[in-house]
Amino acid sequence: MPAPTPKVPGFLKGLGVTARTAKETMFPDGMLRNPVPAPSKGAATVQYPHVKEAPAPRARGVISLNEDNCTACMLCARECPDWCIYIEAHKTLAPPRRAGGKPRSVNALDRFDIDFSLCMYCGICVEVCPFEALYWSPEYEYSEVRIADLLHDKSRLGQWFETVPDNEPYEPGAEVKKKPVSRKGAK
Amino acid sequence: MTAITDRQKLAYIAAQAADARVNVELETEGMTLNMGPQHPATHGTLRIVAKLDGEQVVSADPVMGYMHRGYEKLTEVRTYPQVTTLVNRIDWLGSFANEVPFILAAEQLMDIEAPPRAQWIRTLLFELSRIANIVLFLGDMAVQLGALTPVFFAFRDREHVLNQIESVTGGRFHPNFDRIGGLKDDLPKGWIAETKAAMEKIRTFCDEIEDLVMGSEIFEARTRGIGVIPPDIGLQYGLSGANIRASGVDWDLRRDGRTGMVYDQLDWKVWTHTDGDSFARFWVRMQETREATRMVDQLCDGLPSGPIMAKVPRIIKVPAGEAYVATENPLGEMGFYVVSQGDLTPFRVKIRTASFNNVSITPWLLRGVYVPDIITILASLYFILGDIDR
Amino acid sequence: MIAALDLPYWAQTLIKVGVAAIVVPTGAAIAVYLFLFKLISFMQSRLGPMEAGPHGTMQLLAEVGKWLQKEDIVPERADQRLFKIPPFIILGSTFLMFVVIPAGPTAVVSSLPTGIFYVLAVSSVSVIGVLVAGWASANKYALMGGLRAAGQLIAYELPMVLAVVGVVIQAGTLNMQEIVVQQSHGAIFGFGGIGNPYVLTQLVGFVVFMIAVQAELGQTPFDMPVAESEVVGGWMVEYTGIRFLVFFLSEFAAAVGFSAIASTLFLGGWSVPATWFDPMSGTGRFLMHFGGPIILLTKTMVLTGVIFWVRFSMPRFREDQLQRMAWKFLIPISLLNIAATAILKVVM
Repeated sequence: MPAPTPKVPGFLKGLGVTARTAKETMFPDGMLRNPVPAPSKGAATVQYPHVKEAPAPRARGVISLNEDNCTACMLCARECPDWCIYIEAHKTLAPPRRAGGKPRSVNALDRFDIDFSLCMYCGICVEVCPFEALYWSPEYEYSEVRIADLLHDKSRLGQWFETVPDNEPYEPGAEVKKKPVSRKGAK
Repeated sequence: MTAITDRQKLAYIAAQAADARVNVELETEGMTLNMGPQHPATHGTLRIVAKLDGEQVVSADPVMGYMHRGYEKLTEVRTYPQVTTLVNRIDWLGSFANEVPFILAAEQLMDIEAPPRAQWIRTLLFELSRIANIVLFLGDMAVQLGALTPVFFAFRDREHVLNQIESVTGGRFHPNFDRIGGLKDDLPKGWIAETKAAMEKIRTFCDEIEDLVMGSEIFEARTRGIGVIPPDIGLQYGLSGANIRASGVDWDLRRDGRTGMVYDQLDWKVWTHTDGDSFARFWVRMQETREATRMVDQLCDGLPSGPIMAKVPRIIKVPAGEAYVATENPLGEMGFYVVSQGDLTPFRVKIRTASFNNVSITPWLLRGVYVPDIITILASLYFILGDIDR
Repeated sequence: MIAALDLPYWAQTLIKVGVAAIVVPTGAAIAVYLFLFKLISFMQSRLGPMEAGPHGTMQLLAEVGKWLQKEDIVPERADQRLFKIPPFIILGSTFLMFVVIPAGPTAVVSSLPTGIFYVLAVSSVSVIGVLVAGWASANKYALMGGLRAAGQLIAYELPMVLAVVGVVIQAGTLNMQEIVVQQSHGAIFGFGGIGNPYVLTQLVGFVVFMIAVQAELGQTPFDMPVAESEVVGGWMVEYTGIRFLVFFLSEFAAAVGFSAIASTLFLGGWSVPATWFDPMSGTGRFLMHFGGPIILLTKTMVLTGVIFWVRFSMPRFREDQLQRMAWKFLIPISLLNIAATAILKVVM
């Protein structure tokens, strides 16, 4: 099928498109309603860092750790494609559940580091964790001057937990049930 | 000046002899021009070694491999979810589309079918990836030809699509959303309405590009009749996607291949053009973008309710066997040949990418054209280096 | 005004040269800010530079500072002396262009009787600078850009000259100041309300001149020499730091200069129609000492805006299409224009 031939001399129409875009940028409310140029409002860009756009709640910005839930099962460290999670734990005795019972042996975390210079932001660790200890947070402003500072340790990962958003509702027709983010006891 | 070794001297003499073979009648020297691997026009690290006679190309050879990352070897030691993550990065502009053939091949081996809602959303995200990819092409071809403005419109309107992909999957460029048996999560509330609004903006963008680029006489003068690919030559070289459809071959894997997506339940058409030149390739992709927006609207309207994931064991071990699934990706035909021996990891994955074959036609196509036409032809063939080199 | 102070000739010349040396880069800087930073940004739905100074007004100053502190790199295999010459050639030819452009009743560095002829001759000298830059860079891309520039700039000299000939025939003089006065005092079929700006009678010449100017400046759609996606900077590719700054500023100064020439020849320059108030005598003349430059600046910026508007909206021609357009299209049209003007001048 041959392409349609332009009716108005084509390049004049092209000039009109750019002129119209310039006009829409300078006068976003229309030239008559507000004749003062306001390009900051009409442009499609935001002036970061003066203005910051909020990413979507599901955006994969940074991973946060809820240390109370973690049992050092090592599933996340194993499944990471980059092997960027470093976990060390030791066994201790926790008090028995009821009086007169046996002390329980639990894993206590010594070290839980995520190296964000290697992290591919794939989310496999968050998905695979059986105890819901890892959560995604849309925070993205954690760039560092040194690469070594991109290794976030246990306490820093716990600090990200405040920024984890609650689960949003789904579109009608979805049958997914997700457990809400458990925040009790989190630091 | 450093001293020249004997080896360098011999190489210099050989190059001069090669240049002297060019244009024996006029006894002028030809010039070997290296375009790339760092060059604004080669979409990445492609190198074109062009022998020029003035401004005319005598021969041109593409040198690929500057971005080879060893994907097929990497997949031998990664589990299936990890491979899904890696595979996003082959064609990074329409990255959800890379996951789909791999997941479909694995589902074929496991004999699992995704529930209908998952198939519809999979098709939805596939078409959104196509729109994101081709919208960039529409702006990019214009900037290769010198028009500075359309590419900004392309990035501006592509943001709407990327925002939609981000609100579902969490990642703008690397969704990592497809799973064996379905998808990772369902759509958040309000997503369907926002996506339909984004499609309106894409349609406005297509109209703007039609006025600004396609209607411009200069653009037509630069692209009509340049880089004509006859259909039989194109098929011999293994071209796919819009490149072959612009030469008149009516072949689209969405309609003709067997896939696990729901194209047969939608009302859409395949666009072809008879000329086979660069303008035809641009035109076909423009119409495909519009068609994709209409498909997305239909998919949004007809979405069935239901579960998002089939019953799949926690640790995925794919039974032994081989499967090849090819889909109509934005760049062309992309296929994954997965060989499994019953482990956690695939035994061998062969990735058939569209851009590798699309670029292989350049030696044949670039003979006798002018240097600016090299740029036009490369831009209209539209390859991504990650897709060529893997 | 300067003559009224009764200074010796050398002092007058020094002052005039000093003023021109300040005005030219300032004009170029205004053009850069308005058009390259802001107009293209608004056309692309973005804001452009905003950080350096209020709304990015100091951005060019910041860029100048950046270029000044760069390392002075000369390629090893380049011809050392030839490599350093082109910035001076191009800068010189651009500055010399501004010598005859009148900005007021007496505000002109030197009102040569061969005004237009001199301007066109001197602006062609920059071609030599481009060629030398392309050859001396020892770079295949630079060579290709330089050769393309040679063909293009020489080809488009002719339409420019021929378009101007129509104006000269109609005005009967080559002197720029005289042309301005004639447009201001003229009348169209007895109606003197808007004077006689030659854009009305020489519309064809005006369009041909603007197209030729676009090609002389090397702006899209004629930017083959510096086609960024092909030869990556063409003849300028090896130049960095101050040398590149000189090329950059002279490109914009030349744009301002050619627009000033076009507004002088076709739009009436610094003057207003004489029926409003006579710009050459009495209070009108006194007002025009101050108002003339402002009026000329406005008209110039409007034309420069059109040049850059077209630059940011179009793809580029291939060189053979470019050459075909010059030789087979623009030159015949401008020759017809000259013939028509001559006939009508004799008849009417």
